[in-house]
Amino acid sequence: MSRLGASAFALAALAAVLPAAGPAYFLHLLIQILIWASVYTAWALMGRFGFVSFGHGAFVGVGAYVPALLWNYFGLTPWVGIPAGIALAILVAVVIGYPCFRLRVVGHYFALVTLALSQVVLLTLVAAREITGGSLGFTPKAAGHSWYALQFPEKTYFYVIALMLWLLALSVWRWIDGGINREALEAISEDEDAAAAIGIDVLREKLRITVLSAALTALGGAIYGQYMMYLNPESVSGIAVSLQIVFAAIAGGVYSLLGPTVGALLTISLTEGLRVWFGVTFIGAANTIYGALLVLCIIFMPQGIVGTLRRAMAARAPKAAAAD
Amino acid sequence: MLVVEGLSKRFGGFLAVDRISFEVRQGEILGLIGPNGSGKTTTFNLIAGNLRPTAGSIRLDGAEIGGLPAYAICHRGIARTFQIPRPFHKLSLLENVALAAFYGEMKGISRAEAERRARQALDLVGLPSDPSTRTAGLGAAALKKLELARALATRPRLLLADESLGGLDAAEMEQAADLLGSLRSRMGITIIWVEHIMGVLMRIVDRVIVLDHGEKIFEGAPAQAAVDPRVVEVYLGKT
Ligand SMILES: Nc1ncnc2c1ncn2[C@@H]1O[C@H](COP(=O)(O)OP(=O)(O)O)[C@@H](O)[C@H]1O
Ligand SMILES: [Mg+2]
Repeated sequence: MSRLGASAFALAALAAVLPAAGPAYFLHLLIQILIWASVYTAWALMGRFGFVSFGHGAFVGVGAYVPALLWNYFGLTPWVGIPAGIALAILVAVVIGYPCFRLRVVGHYFALVTLALSQVVLLTLVAAREITGGSLGFTPKAAGHSWYALQFPEKTYFYVIALMLWLLALSVWRWIDGGINREALEAISEDEDAAAAIGIDVLREKLRITVLSAALTALGGAIYGQYMMYLNPESVSGIAVSLQIVFAAIAGGVYSLLGPTVGALLTISLTEGLRVWFGVTFIGAANTIYGALLVLCIIFMPQGIVGTLRRAMAARAPKAAAAD
Repeated sequence: MLVVEGLSKRFGGFLAVDRISFEVRQGEILGLIGPNGSGKTTTFNLIAGNLRPTAGSIRLDGAEIGGLPAYAICHRGIARTFQIPRPFHKLSLLENVALAAFYGEMKGISRAEAERRARQALDLVGLPSDPSTRTAGLGAAALKKLELARALATRPRLLLADESLGGLDAAEMEQAADLLGSLRSRMGITIIWVEHIMGVLMRIVDRVIVLDHGEKIFEGAPAQAAVDPRVVEVYLGKT
């Protein structure tokens, strides 16, 4: 526990000095990694208990679009728009989650229902092109450097915001991990009947973690939208985003605090690396390699990268102690 | 304290529990026996809220509880064990029971208090209460005890014990039977005890109900059950 805390602190300290070290492109990557690491961590809040949602792209999309739309059409500050987007994401989570949990839609069926959800949000965004710009995307009205509009051309502002978002996501993860709710959720994930028999309100516990996960994901989407200043249905919602979330979180490791962060680090640098390597002439190949690597990760390291490393270290530690 | 009236459960075209009625009095140990498949576990599932009754009523101290969700029934003071133990393998033995103590009453006790109660329950059934014991590798007898400890940690007034003797050897059976007997005397817990064999159960229970094909065919003193022609037929004809 404390070692994890220490490594998180070390990482945070490293993160604090990083922006000064590199070029703007580097900072841009770092901001994206932090934002997506937060989203993946939010997903892992559920995913670690076997509630595998393929619908989190929907929450990213809702979180990103709501404040942008409210800003452009009503001049409403994102300070209100972001909570509104989170509220809508929570509503969507409950509307989908309640019947699913009530009817005990679990495993593959849950994955399918949530997969449909993320596509529904994408299709809605595309269909409402009069308002959202459809697949052409949507650009929030620029306001220069403004706290009111939560827009900062200067990247370091968003770097700090993304860092805070990431720390928030990690604290939420830690909070759930350390509480008795985690044990209740482990019990639920293993045997819902047996959990209910000892007084656990299975429906409520599942809804609670879903709402928490959706809210944090929507916040991530909102920050991403504010930072990018351009929203596209394909890049902030839909199946592609949902799959990316699932694969990255699982590849990094959903049972460890920093697993999803490593997943973000890996997938984003990989995507960027392949893009630079192959350039625009060979876009499909980059995605294929990226997908294949992730599948290999999932097959050979079901605990994720961080989980596998930790296990290897734990296996080495007793030998070292015995050698003394 | 518990009044069951005309309780039925239908699975498709099959009537697993057929209009059974009985009453459980405060402080008694009621035996519920019958051959395999006679509807004993289904009756428990109905009372504990794991299944919804097709018809009939279940009243606890006068209030209808039929069809309530399982967690709500647990909070009202009815705990059950599962015939085939269903431990949470991802949790330690102590965590299994502490979780039951924490959620069983919904009174917002602290985690430390939940652990204290869990240790008590584990001591009572004779399982180790140190935090390091895992559920993997526990034998059949220990798993049966864990079921009991978990149920007891929820502080029930009424305990539904489903075949707590299944898979135990003779000595373990005697021990488990004495334990159930002592729960009433030491903690004042009312018990419905299901078993498909009569055996040691008859020594402990006050009254016994016999089910066959989902129907109640006998209710009365254990000594009478052993000589009742229908009960004898059901048991001699099938075992
Ligand atoms: N969920 C279920 N769906 C269909 N049939 C069931 C279900 N549960 C029990 N049954 C059937 O109901 C009958 C009674 O089962 P059960 O109550 O488990 O018997 P007992 O506990 O007395 O051995 C059996 O024939 C069993 O196959
Ligand atoms: Mg049974």
